[in-house]
Amino acid sequence: MTALAWLVPVALLLGGLGLAAFLWALRSGQFEDLEGAAYRALEDELPEDEDHAG
Amino acid sequence: MTAHAPSERLAKEAQGASPAGASSMLTLAIDNMHCGGCLRSVERAALKVRGVETARASLSAKRVSIVYDPERAGAGDLIDALKGAGFAAAPIEAAKEDRDDARQKYLLRRVAVAGFAAMNIMLISVAVWSGEASDMDLTLATAFRWLSALIALPTVAYAGQPFFVSALGALKGRRLNMDVPISLAILLATAMSLYQTMRGSEQVYFDAAVSLLFFLLVGRFLDETLRMRARGEAQNLLSLQSGIATIIEPGGAHRMVPAHALRPGDHLLVATGERVAADGVVLAGTGQIDQSLITGETAPLTVRAGHEVYAGTLNLTRPLQIEVRAADSATLLAEIGRLMLAAEQGKARYRRLADRAAAIYAPAVHGLGLATFLGWLLAGASWQTALTYAIAVLIITCPCALALAVPAVQIAAASRLFRRRIIVKAADGLERIAEADMVVFDKTGTLTLGRPELLDDDRISDSVLAGASSLAAASRHPYARAIVQAAEKRLGSVMPQSGIEETPGLGLARSSPEGEERLGSAEYCGIDSGGEESEVWYRRGSDAPVRFRFADSVRSDAAELVASLRRQGYGLALLSGDRVAVVERIAREVGIETWSAELKPAGKIAWLDACANQGRKVLMVGDGLNDAPALAAAHASMSPASAADISQRAADFVFQGEKLAPVLEAIATGKKARSMALQNFTVAFVYNVICVPLAMAGVVTPLIAAIVMSTSSILVTANAARLAGRGRP
Repeated sequence: MTALAWLVPVALLLGGLGLAAFLWALRSGQFEDLEGAAYRALEDELPEDEDHAG
Repeated sequence: MTAHAPSERLAKEAQGASPAGASSMLTLAIDNMHCGGCLRSVERAALKVRGVETARASLSAKRVSIVYDPERAGAGDLIDALKGAGFAAAPIEAAKEDRDDARQKYLLRRVAVAGFAAMNIMLISVAVWSGEASDMDLTLATAFRWLSALIALPTVAYAGQPFFVSALGALKGRRLNMDVPISLAILLATAMSLYQTMRGSEQVYFDAAVSLLFFLLVGRFLDETLRMRARGEAQNLLSLQSGIATIIEPGGAHRMVPAHALRPGDHLLVATGERVAADGVVLAGTGQIDQSLITGETAPLTVRAGHEVYAGTLNLTRPLQIEVRAADSATLLAEIGRLMLAAEQGKARYRRLADRAAAIYAPAVHGLGLATFLGWLLAGASWQTALTYAIAVLIITCPCALALAVPAVQIAAASRLFRRRIIVKAADGLERIAEADMVVFDKTGTLTLGRPELLDDDRISDSVLAGASSLAAASRHPYARAIVQAAEKRLGSVMPQSGIEETPGLGLARSSPEGEERLGSAEYCGIDSGGEESEVWYRRGSDAPVRFRFADSVRSDAAELVASLRRQGYGLALLSGDRVAVVERIAREVGIETWSAELKPAGKIAWLDACANQGRKVLMVGDGLNDAPALAAAHASMSPASAADISQRAADFVFQGEKLAPVLEAIATGKKARSMALQNFTVAFVYNVICVPLAMAGVVTPLIAAIVMSTSSILVTANAARLAGRGRP
C-alpha cells in the first residue's frame, strides 16, 4: 500500500508534464494548421522560415 | 483626400504595425490552395517579393500570413505576386479573426487543464473508494483526499471561469441562464467537499465537480470551434469577392489597395471585367455594367459620367473612373441596409432549441435542488447530508444534453455540410432550416446562372454565326460571350478579327471586303424593332439583318430540385426583380406555379411577411443585393457563393458550385440534426426521470451522479457523431 504514496505523485508529475507539453504546443502554434503540417513533413527543402512561425 | 498616402494607410490596415522602419504583418485569404504543393508555391511566391521577411501559409485556414517591410512592399505587390503564381488572394481584416482565435485557445487550455485534473482525481478517488472496501489506512485515505483538493481547487478556479463569468453576467442582468445552475453545482460541490475533507469525512466529491467541468468545457469548445470555422470561411469568401481596388493618385500613378481600405473621395480605376469595389459616381468613361447582383436584371446598363454605380456590379466593356461615395446617403445600398436591419431585428426573436429548453430547465433544476435540501432538513437530516443530496440532484440534472449534445450535433452536421461545400454561417440556421415548409427562390443568379445564352440558335445559319462570333470575340459583353460560346459549340472554333471598333451601349463594327459588318442593338444596325432589350442584331453589308435572342440559362438541376421539393410537400415560389415575361418563362421552365415579378426589395419582404402571417416558415434562396433584406427576413436563408457580399452576410448558409443540390442537402441535414437533437433530449429526459427521484431520495451519491452524468454525455456525443459520417462524399 505504501507504494501508492510515491506512485501517485509520480503519476501526477508525469501527467503534469504531458499537460505542460500540450499547453506549450498550443502556445507555440503547433495546432495552427493541422492539414498543412502533414505536407510540410514531406518537403525536402530546409524550412528556413520555421523559427519565425507562431 | 487620403489617396496620396497609401503606404501609410496600408500600414495602418496591417495588424501589428510597429514604429518606423519595423515590419508589418498582413493576412491574406487564398482561394485555391488545396495541397502541400500549393502551400509551398504560395510561400515561395510571397517570399520572392522584395521586402518580404517571412511568409507562412495555413492549409486549414486557407490563408497566408506575411511579415514585410512596409517601406519596400505593399499589399498590392503581394497580391500581384500571388496572382502571378496562380492564386487569387485578398486581405483579411485581422483584428476580429484574432479575437475568435483567442477565445478558442482560451477554452482549449481550460479543457486540457480540466481533463488532466479530472483523470488524476478520478484515479485517486477509485483508489480511495476501493480502499474503503478493503484495508486502506485511514491516514492515507485522508492524505489522498487532501491531494484531490490540491488538484481540484486551482482547476475549478481556472477552468470554471467561462461558466462563472457568464453566470455572473446573467445574474447582473437579473436573468437565469444555463451557467447559473452549472456554476452553483460546481461551486457547492467543491466547497462542500473541502469542508468534509477538513472534517475527515468520507463525503468528498471533488471528482464529481471536476469531471462535470471537463465535460461541459468540451461542449463549449465544440460550439466555439463550429462558430469560428464558419466565420473564418465566410470571411475568406467575402474578402476574396471584394478583393482589391486600383486607386488613381492625384499625380496619376496607380496603386492597388484592399477594397475595405477605400475611403470616400478616392478615385478608382475599374478595368474591364472587374467588379466595382465601392459605391460611387462615374467620373470619366462610358461603358456597360452588369447589375444583375444588385437588381436581378440580366440586361446590362449603360453608364456615363455622373451616373451612380454600386459595389458588386461588373464592368463589361470599357475601363471606368469612379469617385467613391459614402454609403450613408440616399443610395440603394443605404435603403437596403435599413430594410435589412429591420428584418434582422424581427428574426432576433427566434430562440434556439437549447435556449428554449434552458428557460424551462434552469428554474426546474434550482427548484428541485432547493426542494431536496429543505425536504431532508424537515425530515430531520443534518444540514451536511441535506446539502450533499441537493448537490447530487444538481449534478444529475446538470444540462449535459443541452450543453454538450446540441453543440455536438451541430458541429457534426456542419462538418458534414462543409465537406459538401456548404458553409453553415448562423449557429441556429440548422434548426431554422429544418422547420421550413416553403422554399422561395430568387431568379437571376439563383435559379439561373445569371448569364445569358443564345436562344433558338438553329434558326441562325453557320456562316452568320461564324461572322457574328468573330466580331463578338472582341467584346466582354455577356451577349457577345454567349454568341462566342454558341459558335464554339457548333463550329468548334471562332476566328477573331482585327480592326473591330466597340461603341459602348450600342455594338461592334468592322469594315470588311463585303461591306461593313455590325453586331449590336437594333438601332445600331439601322432597324426599328420595338426595342426589346434581350436581343442583338447582326448585319453584313447589304444582307438582311439577323436577330439573335438571349435568355438567362437555368442551372442544370433547377427543375429536378423543384420537383423533388414538391414531392417532399414544400410550398414553392419565385420572386424576382426582373420583367414579367422573363420571370414567367423561367417559372414555367423549372415548374414553379407561384411567381411574382418586378418586385422591389421592400416588395419581397412584404411577400414574405404575408407568408409568415399565414403561418408559413420560408426558406429563402437568393443571391442579389436586392435579396439581402428578404434573406434576413426569411425564417432561414441560403446564398450561392457568387452572391453579393451583403447577401452572403445575411444568409444562414452559403453554398459553392454551379448546382442547386446543396439546398436539398442542407434541408436534409437540418432535419437529421433536429431529430438527433430530439433523440438526445429524450435520452437526457429518460435519464433524469430515473435518476432525479433516486437522487432526491438520497440514494445517489455525488460520485455516482457524476459517473452516470458522464456516461449519458458520452452516449449523446456518440449519437451525434453518427451524423458526420465518414470520409468525403
